[in-house]
Amino acid sequence: PPQMRGSRSKALPDRALVNCQYSMATFSTGERRRRPHGDRQASELALQLKQTFEAAILTCLYPRSQIDIYVQILQADGGEYCACVNAATLAVMDAGIPMRDYVCASSAGLAEDTPLADLSSPEEAAGGPRLVLALLPASGQIALLQLSARLHQERLEAALEAAGEACRALHAVLDRVVRERLQEVTALLGD
Amino acid sequence: MKATPLSNCERRFLLRAIEERKRLDGRQCYDYRNVRISFGADYGCCIVELGKTRVLAQVSCELVPPKPNRPTEGILFFNLELSPMAAPGFEPGRQSELLVKLNRLIERCLRNSKCIDTESLCVVAGEKVWQIRLDLHLLNHDGNIIDAASIAGIVALCHFRRPDVSVQGEEVTVYTPEERDPVPLSIHHMPICVSFAFFQQGTYLLVDPSEREECVMDGVLVIAMNKHREICTIQSSGGIMLVTDQVLRCSKITAVKVAEITELIQKALENDQKVRKEGGKFGFAESIPNQKITAFKMESAAVDTNNVEEQAEEIITKADPPSEVFAKPILHTPGTAQIGEGIENSWGDLEESEREEAAEEEGESEATAFECQKMETEDTSTMRETKTDEPIVLSDSEEEEVVILEPQELPKKTRTQTNSKQENTSKKAFNKRRKKKRAAH
Repeated sequence: PPQMRGSRSKALPDRALVNCQYSMATFSTGERRRRPHGDRQASELALQLKQTFEAAILTCLYPRSQIDIYVQILQADGGEYCACVNAATLAVMDAGIPMRDYVCASSAGLAEDTPLADLSSPEEAAGGPRLVLALLPASGQIALLQLSARLHQERLEAALEAAGEACRALHAVLDRVVRERLQEVTALLGD
Repeated sequence: MKATPLSNCERRFLLRAIEERKRLDGRQCYDYRNVRISFGADYGCCIVELGKTRVLAQVSCELVPPKPNRPTEGILFFNLELSPMAAPGFEPGRQSELLVKLNRLIERCLRNSKCIDTESLCVVAGEKVWQIRLDLHLLNHDGNIIDAASIAGIVALCHFRRPDVSVQGEEVTVYTPEERDPVPLSIHHMPICVSFAFFQQGTYLLVDPSEREECVMDGVLVIAMNKHREICTIQSSGGIMLVTDQVLRCSKITAVKVAEITELIQKALENDQKVRKEGGKFGFAESIPNQKITAFKMESAAVDTNNVEEQAEEIITKADPPSEVFAKPILHTPGTAQIGEGIENSWGDLEESEREEAAEEEGESEATAFECQKMETEDTSTMRETKTDEPIVLSDSEEEEVVILEPQELPKKTRTQTNSKQENTSKKAFNKRRKKKRAAH
């Protein structure tokens, strides 16, 4: 859940600072993991989360303050970054922090010319190309794009399309969930 | 040590120049800087210079037991180091964001793209495999570390030779380079990173940003491709918003650039191979250019001289003829001579000193200290003539950066001003402070 507080030395004078921390529970993957923090991969994912949300949250409305986002993975089955982004979007929405749009993320891959959306762990481990896309669905703007493993240039467009589709579908789901929750909350408050 | 922050006027200047599609070093939007590759005496050691950015790469190998879940694959280890040698802003031993980002990019580019055949690094399955370690050190930071690092990495890996090994049953013999020639690594393809810097929310993009441009950019998109037009990795960072066709356009540009750079790498590798075979001298000592003062020269940069004539004529007609400059050397004592006289000490008369410095600001754009002094003597003499003329409105406040004066009254140096007047006004504040400093000495 995000929270706001004044940070000391790193405060930016005109914008809010977004601080993200990403950690995986030791029981989250098949083999028991040690060192949930300090991993290079964890730092990189945290950085990417930070970058995505800095672009999406309207930080200029909260000068000299800091927004913390902590994400914990309970079970990892491929596409951790995407799950983090979607979860964090919901959390930020729930906290009432204004954002440009929902940030929906999805991974996509290619298996012999067929684009696949939302790869799971065995599909990722198969070694095919993997594209992670974080999208703001209304404007179609890409907040983060990351590709690993080889992908031919011609196929890039197809993969991007597949990921875009998945993001838009996700956006519909997220939207519905947020509205339902709002209705619940207002109903409870209204009583 | 903290890096000096970029001043606002410099930032504005850079952004305006980019809007007009001009870059500081005269390149076009899609131009790369010169790439120079030089090899060391050992196999697997190379330095890549991309403009002034220099990266040193070193590959080494070692026999180790393999990872338990991958018994038949060799181990690759990549490490990029940023030391304070590269830029004063880098601190040793601290895991900065930039370092993590660069490291992960290099890892993804070289490891996940499977450019090296790890199966071939296996010696005895489950017991001994080769561990290849690539160390990259940034020697000088002038922008675009990732491109230089990726080129250095792949070149070093191509250049590296590991000791030959033979297995007889259970016995493994490692041959030294004297016994048998070392064997190159099997590399499938060469992924090269190309970075695109975005400005003004994605309206302008530049390839291969220099350090100044990196300070003002919104974000960067890195695409790594090999010459078969396969994209090895894409990474967008910095919080910019992209659109799909921008990404596709960038990938097309990358294809072109990567082809060029791969050719260059091949040529360099072949040259080095030839030199070594012929027994010629190789290594860093040979490739460092002689930096004698007599041999020092800057690369000529193309300057747009289209409007220079009109500009020069304009300036000449507006300027008064310069007053006589005392160019005769005055001999004070044997062995010392003085050309020109120093400026008058203007501590007491504040108004006059302000006029002098204002005059100096109008007249100079980029002058060395000596030239400043010479011009001051000119200016003060001219100013004394026009002192009783129109009152010159000056501001006493230090904060204002622009001092308005009648420009026609002052002699202007005829200098080809290819930069817009914007630069002149932005330099005024700087010069104002500089003059005050020099007056204090």
